[in-house]
Amino acid sequence: MVEFALPPNSRIKPGKTWPASKGATNVKAFRIYRWDPDKGGNPTLDTFHVDLDDCGPMVLDALIKIKNEVDPTLTFRRSCREGICGSCAMNIDTDNTLACLKPIHEIKGSVDIYPLPHMAVVKDLVPDLTHVYAQYEMIQPWIKTDTPAPTSGERLQSPEERAKLDGLWECVLCFCCSTACPSYWWNAERYLGPAILLQAARWVFDSRDEATGERLDMLDDPFRMYRCHTIMNCTATCPKGLNPGKAIADLKIAMFERAV
Amino acid sequence: MDTKSRSMQSALGRARGLGSAKADAAGHWSAQRITAVALVPLALWFVFAAVIGNIDADHAAFRAWIAQPINATLMMLFIFTSFHHGALGMIVVLEDYVHAPGAKHITIMLAKMAAAAGGLFCAICVLTLALGG
Repeated sequence: MVEFALPPNSRIKPGKTWPASKGATNVKAFRIYRWDPDKGGNPTLDTFHVDLDDCGPMVLDALIKIKNEVDPTLTFRRSCREGICGSCAMNIDTDNTLACLKPIHEIKGSVDIYPLPHMAVVKDLVPDLTHVYAQYEMIQPWIKTDTPAPTSGERLQSPEERAKLDGLWECVLCFCCSTACPSYWWNAERYLGPAILLQAARWVFDSRDEATGERLDMLDDPFRMYRCHTIMNCTATCPKGLNPGKAIADLKIAMFERAV
Repeated sequence: MDTKSRSMQSALGRARGLGSAKADAAGHWSAQRITAVALVPLALWFVFAAVIGNIDADHAAFRAWIAQPINATLMMLFIFTSFHHGALGMIVVLEDYVHAPGAKHITIMLAKMAAAAGGLFCAICVLTLALGG
């Protein structure tokens, strides 16, 4: 059966508390999930008190400040700090989002930060993305054609054809959506999840691609695509404001249209 | 993801698994939606015409009503559509939550059998009533 409770070794225990710097008046508590594979044991929730008057506006700024000034062992992914790389995806204040795009002032009370849900944890806020990356490779996210490339240069697309890719190409593969999806929690082994299905749609609906049928064949499976039950957590949580739920619905319609 | 069950198989091999089933998954999906749409008028007819419309009827009166071909046909359609829709939905729920291979296959098989048997029983009841006996 599906596991509805955390296994005993994943249950979170109280951790250390770190005070704010002396003289700080605008203090916010950051409660952060910690787990170190070298130490083993259960994960803990550490509390860091951060002086917001000496900190940037985003949650990522606070994480970097904590790492630089309080605890250098705090581990998280980050790179571009402007919502383009998708590295700093984590669960903040109960929602999956990018730490670099989440303003601290939007959060009432303490800022609770966990790794993306239902993923194996490598360390602290770093989830193991091996399987989602393999699923991404599986959909072959590159153009597939039999027609040789025109000698004049690029493969052409009308403005209308190009417009069909809007809402798809912007995805930064942060996996906030897939890890917010209960269907993905229960069946990640076989269900591709919203992020990968949105990427699949990006190639299915690309007028330049000539492997559309092959791509739909790959998705014609009760688990790979049809585990989507339009729960729509994906769309609600996407930090880029995209709609993976609609992308999956469009794929289902394409699959239906080729059969009738 | 359960890391304990991770073997030495490559991540891509693991993700591809046994491949795409191509087991008419699109057909399952569209049948679920078509039966859902069909059940809107059929369920309204069942509640208002078959149940409320016959609320004061005795056995003989109801038998006369169901013996009309249009009522018998609609009742049969309602029965088959309901059981088909119910079975499709139940299968999806079992696929979602029951993961042990044996238990999954057995419960899905039982759901299909129960729907077939239930539908057949109801249909025979309607025929018995409508055609006399």
